[in-house]
Amino acid sequence: MSTRSSTLTGRIMSAPSIIALFLWMIVPLGMTIYFSFLRYNLLSPGMEEWVGTLNYEFFLTDPAFFASLANTLLLVGSVLVITVIGGVLLGLMLDQPIFGRGILRLLVIAPFFIMPTVNALVWKNLLMHPVSGMFAWIANSLGFQSIDWFSEAPLTAIIIMVSWQWLPFAVLILLTALQSLDRDQKEAAQMDGAGPVSIFFYITLPHLSRAITVVVLIETIFLLTVFAEIFVTTGGGPGLATTNIAFLVYTQALLQYDVGGASAGGIVAVVLANIVAIFLIRLIGKNLDR
Amino acid sequence: MGAIRLEKVKKTFGTLDVIPGVDLDINDGEFVVFVGPSGCGKSTLLRLIAGLEDVTDGKILINGVDVANEAPAKRGLSMVFQSYALYPHMTVYNNIAFGLKMAGESKAVIDEKVQNAAKILNLTDYLERRPGALSGGQRQRVAIGRAIVRNPAAFLFDEPLSNLDAALRVNMRLEITGLHQELKTTMIYVTHDQVEAMTMADKIVVLQAGRVEQVGKPMDLYNNPANKFVAGFIGSPKMNFIGGDYAKKHDCHEIGIRPEHVAVSTESGDLPATVKIAEHLGAETYLHVNAGGFGPMTVRATGEVPLGEHDKIWLTPEQDRIHRFDANGIALGKL
Repeated sequence: MSTRSSTLTGRIMSAPSIIALFLWMIVPLGMTIYFSFLRYNLLSPGMEEWVGTLNYEFFLTDPAFFASLANTLLLVGSVLVITVIGGVLLGLMLDQPIFGRGILRLLVIAPFFIMPTVNALVWKNLLMHPVSGMFAWIANSLGFQSIDWFSEAPLTAIIIMVSWQWLPFAVLILLTALQSLDRDQKEAAQMDGAGPVSIFFYITLPHLSRAITVVVLIETIFLLTVFAEIFVTTGGGPGLATTNIAFLVYTQALLQYDVGGASAGGIVAVVLANIVAIFLIRLIGKNLDR
Repeated sequence: MGAIRLEKVKKTFGTLDVIPGVDLDINDGEFVVFVGPSGCGKSTLLRLIAGLEDVTDGKILINGVDVANEAPAKRGLSMVFQSYALYPHMTVYNNIAFGLKMAGESKAVIDEKVQNAAKILNLTDYLERRPGALSGGQRQRVAIGRAIVRNPAAFLFDEPLSNLDAALRVNMRLEITGLHQELKTTMIYVTHDQVEAMTMADKIVVLQAGRVEQVGKPMDLYNNPANKFVAGFIGSPKMNFIGGDYAKKHDCHEIGIRPEHVAVSTESGDLPATVKIAEHLGAETYLHVNAGGFGPMTVRATGEVPLGEHDKIWLTPEQDRIHRFDANGIALGKL
């Protein structure tokens, strides 16, 4: 129970941290918005001038923008599908009393602790390399031609790497959810004559809906900004084949030294992220209200 | 139809003998209660019958057919779980309908059966709710409804009332007994509460450490317990056990006398005693006394008794109500 005075005290006491957090958010955002209306190129310092929405016009009409928007959505969507389905399946497996479960769990979780740059390097040089990679070796020893992943299927390669990185997260969340499923419910369903498949679809999957929602929401936040994997392997190419919004903003700012254009791109990315967030919350957020 | 017969049913977990070997006959339409202290294997026995655990050895015959290796659903039994185990994301209607749906019944048949069960259990107004929006008693009824619609050979209840408060428990007890009278289906009911066992059962099976200690009608167990364990477990407050010279006088190792079978007097009697605590319940009074060399005893006196701490009283056990036990705790029969 809170009285009026305790509410007031609470507000006063929490004010400093709220103000700090607000400044933390609003100052960079405000500066980015401000820069996005300037012609601000690092190659011509001191020439900044107000150009209105010109940066936005350039960014939004750039064919690279649509290509990278499509890449972003494709990347996020594919990784979500792979990690959720793979996470449910791996979770189900690790929930069984199988031999070596402890070590297996550790192995499944491990990729999450590897930093994205290292992850990308491992995949690029040890696994997907068209000459010395393991996939090439396997293909060759089976008599097939090796695939040059980063020129023939660059986005697929990125999707595989990012999925590998995020699968453990999904497994971790979904496994804990599976473990919280009441054994009685499964047994009741068994008594009701439900086979393993029916139990999965009628009991287990509805029970997991909340955890899946959490996985989708959190992964989306991070997957919209995938950068290191692209930077280390394809550099956004070939052409624009693997450029997502985050990478496009980077090329604007640091390859073309166009701070104004990059800021505009950043703001567009913020707006897009919010659209995706609203869309997701509408679509699946109701699962969290239970 | 639901006659169940257990033949040398055995269950071991690793090296642990949970059920060393149980033989039991349950007749069609009987209300059988498995009772015993926690860890006595009563729930395990029920789960063996249900098929949720595999028997290590032995036969489970339902209507003469051995089902020991059949899947749970194939046995034609329904179970009500202690936790109710309702499906939280389904409405009450779908919870009750689930078993029928799995059995591939048509929508019309399902609807008829669900509505019928809902009527019996007073759930008609709640069919569209989720289990989360129901009270404990209503959830319990949904769990029973889910069991009823499948028209089982027998109902299995696993401590179904232990999550309810005392008042509701008495109500549900009556409802389940009423349901049994109405459906006349075999019911197996597991509980640790001897009151539930005494009030509901046609036949009580007392279990201890996986062994059947005694099987019989409630009053048979009350009047003629086969051993000290059953004597102490059935009846509340617990039976008093007295050893020493008083038992020798009755030609046995130990005698047992129920608190309600001891006459209390302030003037004379067999055993002198001092009241330690008197519990006045109005209709009856429980006296926890110290009976000298015989140690502590509990005595039940009818009505209001004006006795309190330190009062000196005399106790006289009713001679024809005395149970005699040998050194192994086996009942010797009355003198």
